[in-house]
Amino acid sequence: MWAFVLAGALGLAAGFLAGLFGVGGGILFVPTLTLVLGLSQIHAEASSLLAILPTVAVGALRQQHYGNIRWRSAGIIGLGSLGGVVVGVFLAESLSDELLRRLFGGLLLLVAAQVAWRARR
Amino acid sequence: MRLVAIGLAAGFFSALFGVGGGIVIVPLLLLWVGWKERPAMATSLGAIGVTALAGAIAYGFRGELELGPAAAVGIPAALGAVAGTALQQRAASRALSLGFAALLAAIGVRLLV
Repeated sequence: MWAFVLAGALGLAAGFLAGLFGVGGGILFVPTLTLVLGLSQIHAEASSLLAILPTVAVGALRQQHYGNIRWRSAGIIGLGSLGGVVVGVFLAESLSDELLRRLFGGLLLLVAAQVAWRARR
Repeated sequence: MRLVAIGLAAGFFSALFGVGGGIVIVPLLLLWVGWKERPAMATSLGAIGVTALAGAIAYGFRGELELGPAAAVGIPAALGAVAGTALQQRAASRALSLGFAALLAAIGVRLLV
């Protein structure tokens, strides 16, 4: 129970930070789900994809309001992604949970470097 | 054609790591297709909706989706994102960005070892 309350609070914080620094929520959802709620890496990644949807929906509505979204291009990218998704799911499931967790840790370091780099300007 | 290729790369990355794929889409739209930052970031949101939904469904069929935890994290996050985005222009100072980078790096190291 308390883990869910904590996860909710961290979710709120993750959404806030994601909005503030212009990164996706998933980068923070996955470690919240593994380290706080004790999910395996693969279950956390799967659930993170679902958890992203409310944030994306809210963000897209706002951007739609400002007229910034090119829906035709978004649709083409989205449809193109389907093939990649199938391969990505297959690869993630064929890797061990530990290797997947380490790869994700490496990804976090890259994003950290990117955020720090942008802060230089 | 470039958009399809960007989608393929983003979908692979998104499903492999459980992230939206904006980290792939936005830089490629900027550098490869020559878009400006604002439409690139906004359009990536529309694409991510499709990508993340497809990934969630694909994992769901394999029984790896946990609905309770996803809702516990995802629904409050949408509220937080509204506040964070509203503050974006004013608050993302250098010190704050470096602090956030340090937080990400710390979690990354924690997961690596």
